[in-house]
Amino acid sequence: MPRFRIAGLIVLTAVVAACSKKPPPAPPPAPEPPRVNQDSIDRANKARADSIAAAEAARRRAAEEAARAAEEARRLEAARAAARNTLMAKVYFDYDKDEIRPDQQGTLDAKVPILNANPDMRIRIEGNTDDRGSDEYNLALGQRRAASVRRYLVARGIAGGRMDIVSYGEQRPVAQGENEEAWAQNRRAEFVIVSGGNPLKVP
Amino acid sequence: MNGTHLIPPPVWRAGPGPWATSHALALAAIVALASAAPATSLRAQDTVPRGVRVGLTFDATGKPAVALTPVSGPNADSVLAILARDLDYSDRLTVIRPDTGTAPTGALNYDLYAKLNAAAVVQAAVTPAGGLHVAVHDVAGKRVVLVMDMPLPAPALSRDWRRVVHVASDSVEWSVLGRPGIASTRIAYATQYGGPITIVDSDGEGAWPVPGTTDCLSPAWDPTGTRLACNALPNGNTPSRIVVRDLVTGKVWSTGVRGNNQTAVFSPDGRDIVFSAGSDAQDLYVVPVFSDSTPRRLTSRRGSLNVSPDFSPDGRKIVFTSSILGHPEVYIMDADGSSADLLTSSGFGDDLYRSDPAFSPDGRRVAFQSRIKGTFQVMAISITDKTTVQLTNEGANESPSWAPDGRHIVFVSTRTGRRELWVMDTESARARQLTHGGRAQNPAWSPRLSVSRQP
Repeated sequence: MPRFRIAGLIVLTAVVAACSKKPPPAPPPAPEPPRVNQDSIDRANKARADSIAAAEAARRRAAEEAARAAEEARRLEAARAAARNTLMAKVYFDYDKDEIRPDQQGTLDAKVPILNANPDMRIRIEGNTDDRGSDEYNLALGQRRAASVRRYLVARGIAGGRMDIVSYGEQRPVAQGENEEAWAQNRRAEFVIVSGGNPLKVP
Repeated sequence: MNGTHLIPPPVWRAGPGPWATSHALALAAIVALASAAPATSLRAQDTVPRGVRVGLTFDATGKPAVALTPVSGPNADSVLAILARDLDYSDRLTVIRPDTGTAPTGALNYDLYAKLNAAAVVQAAVTPAGGLHVAVHDVAGKRVVLVMDMPLPAPALSRDWRRVVHVASDSVEWSVLGRPGIASTRIAYATQYGGPITIVDSDGEGAWPVPGTTDCLSPAWDPTGTRLACNALPNGNTPSRIVVRDLVTGKVWSTGVRGNNQTAVFSPDGRDIVFSAGSDAQDLYVVPVFSDSTPRRLTSRRGSLNVSPDFSPDGRKIVFTSSILGHPEVYIMDADGSSADLLTSSGFGDDLYRSDPAFSPDGRRVAFQSRIKGTFQVMAISITDKTTVQLTNEGANESPSWAPDGRHIVFVSTRTGRRELWVMDTESARARQLTHGGRAQNPAWSPRLSVSRQP
């Protein structure tokens, strides 16, 4: 080890100086600078770099996981919103009629799997009319429309007791105007989730 | 309200017969004692024979003329205006308004009024004590035949104050024509798209919303005019139901069956209501008012919609709208739900839509709405021979209701561009606009209201 050699060197020098009447001994040599252990340094640096990289990797993984989870949640929420929209999509009727039109059956059929996936859900079906008839007769016609919708869903397996039916007759128009466009929009059944829809299970 | 309870004023006529009830009884007693002829012969003279007009004098239009003197006292202008308008709105009197503003003192110049062809003179004053004093003079007989004194409630021009003046008008009509007027009656109606039931005086003034009736439709009066039935629309978890409100006590009672409940009407004895209810089909039900009873089903009409019942005045028949033929028509049946017959029939139009029947107070006609060339009009059909007349033709007209005089109707009209209530005299076709706020529906004319017990 260098120290010992240095120490040995000093001792030898001291012995030589003591043995003769020589000129004053030379000053001891300056100590050597500490020798750098490059391997250790390299190892430490590498360890540090490794841990930084690992942290980065972990962060990246977590971020990816979070992104995946957020994406999943978004997809789920979008699916729930779509299911809610399907449940609440209105159904329209012909003038003075309460029969379910062929072009409305798809709208009703789409509600069935959602209702099946949420057996505890209660909904309310609200019947409405345009304002052209007697307002008293229209209140009855609106009720008949709501009953017609419920009957259709019961025939497709939904328990009738889960569906309340009410009528607003001509009292709650969504469109104003004395024209067929407005009247057609008002001749409708609306759907309201009463309970058991949170969280909504998507089929 | 503390009004003097009016004894119906003595009826006076141009023809023979005693003009005061007490005189008639005294006379009858004397005759009965004196001869074998029964008192009925005298009593027969007290009734109005068919086809004979009872009144003081006749003019060319058949409407007796009533002259009003200027009114004295506070708010005299309003008193005069209300009296003149009430008598004019009866459509049975010609009103002669005063020229000068000074109320006459001393005896009336009957000869002057005779020259104006007035049959009667009405002299009104608001006394310093705050009462309404009205004297009715018979011009031909040159004497006073009726005096009324009624306290006027404060504040002036309030609904209660106006009511007293309307009662005076109705009594003037009684003394001149032998029949009371309808000035002191009221009309209840619903608000389209949501809102309260409103009650308005027969002249269109004094409209007030009935508290607690938001989203209640198709109001109906009980025979005393102190209770109102209506149907409340469903709200959240509260289902549709019939609500009866006592306007004097504030008490509320409700009833209903599963499904939609609507169009309740009182029986003429005030004890029951009949209403329409159901879901896929709607039938008529009956239940005693303010009772715990379950409504009893009256009709069973093969899955059709049956709504808008109305009783005949004698309580024996009910008219209603029914879709049993596949489209709405008016039917008439016995009050126990049996013997339903088609009343209206195809022919008028024929847009195949007749509904909203209303029985006239004399039981002889039913008003209803019929779709003619795409627009509803108010019609009236005779119960006996089924002759039908069309009463309206301007705009769309629906939901008729009769006044207690059996002559005027109130209905919804769009002739101004908005849904307003109009009043029409079915004999002269004269019509006047009653409301101006729009969105009026389901008017119901009150019965004659008792003087004392009014909300």
